[in-house]
Amino acid sequence: MLDATEWGIVALSLKVGGVAMLVTLPVAFALAWLLARVRFPGKVILDAAIHLPLVVPPVVTGWMLLLAFGPNGPIGGWLQGWFGVTVLFRWTGAAIAAGVMALPLMVRAMRISIEAVDLRLENAARTLGAGRWRVFWTLTLPLSIPGVLAGAVLGFARSIGEFGATITFVSNVPGETQTLPLAIYSALQQPGADALVWRLSCVSVALSLVALIASELLTRRAGRGLHVL
Amino acid sequence: MSFEIDIEKRLGDTRISLTLDAGQGATVLFGPSGVGKSSILNMVAGLLRPDRGRIAIDGETLFGNGIDLPPERRRAGYVFQEARLFPHMRVRANLLYGVRGEADRFEDSIGFLGIGHLLDRWPRTLSGGEAQRVAIGRALLSKPRFLLLDEPLSSLDRARRDEIMQAIEHVRDVLGLPILMVTHDPDEAERIGTRVVRM
Repeated sequence: MLDATEWGIVALSLKVGGVAMLVTLPVAFALAWLLARVRFPGKVILDAAIHLPLVVPPVVTGWMLLLAFGPNGPIGGWLQGWFGVTVLFRWTGAAIAAGVMALPLMVRAMRISIEAVDLRLENAARTLGAGRWRVFWTLTLPLSIPGVLAGAVLGFARSIGEFGATITFVSNVPGETQTLPLAIYSALQQPGADALVWRLSCVSVALSLVALIASELLTRRAGRGLHVL
Repeated sequence: MSFEIDIEKRLGDTRISLTLDAGQGATVLFGPSGVGKSSILNMVAGLLRPDRGRIAIDGETLFGNGIDLPPERRRAGYVFQEARLFPHMRVRANLLYGVRGEADRFEDSIGFLGIGHLLDRWPRTLSGGEAQRVAIGRALLSKPRFLLLDEPLSSLDRARRDEIMQAIEHVRDVLGLPILMVTHDPDEAERIGTRVVRM
């Protein structure tokens, strides 16, 4: 089984993945709702921009994050100046990279579930006196919840597997930014660490499998119209 | 209470237009499907924007002269072809959705609609007739100024139709709410309509 250091790697991966997912969740949902329900100029461009991390080489995404969050970058300079913090070489930076990479997958899953909420129900609610906000809170959100959760779990799975953008952005610091895939990569560089690679890979596959099954079950639940969780 | 409607709308190849000045009772828009009858109800409810014209209820303009009230401020009681009950809420929550303040007519409404025994059920467990009666109750409890009925009987079998028809007559005669109803069935038009507009 795993020793203390290896459990530490698993725990760090879960922390990075969990935080990335929780922080990305509201952003992804807002973007999904915007794309599903609002017509505005530049929608195609926003849609494409959200999907960029899915197709751009992860090393490029990592480099762009480095530019933005570096000490001279627009966000990094601001964080440093106002709060005296940096995300470089920190687990928080790893969570940012994971969140950005997971965003397109989460938006896709959530957008589909929001689009599946029958507009005719929303129209009926409006004739009953509900304004847009009430329609959102009482119909759109509860009816799309299974799909939103499926998207969140998928995003979590993507986050704990994140490699390229993470290693470019926050490097491979044991105990701080060295999540499962980065630890496996390091082990592959060492002679005689085959057993370690096996153990960490098995954990990685197991975690992804559980998350994917959970996501699939939630998606089916949404498809069956069992809206009551 | 009166409807004043004078609207025009182009939807694809169909040009929809209607001029109507109707008083109390039920006004039935009668005609084959595809002539835009439902679109007219949607325009009165505020769900579809006319290209031009005016819609007023009892002298208050809902649309026209630079006014375009959103659906939630028109106080239309809209009963659709399908019941459109909210699937994640029980019947009671569906009925109370549009209620502002106290539900003062709750007992009356569920009484004449015969839906008192359904309050704790989920919409997916209701028959078509039951669901449609709940939809009528939900519309009435939102204290509408008028009722819009879009082929409310078309998805029901004959026995259920009579039930709903009686409920509509009750609304027309006892509650005295003005009704604008769309149908393609001559018998329904004849029975419900105080006046019938052919389209």
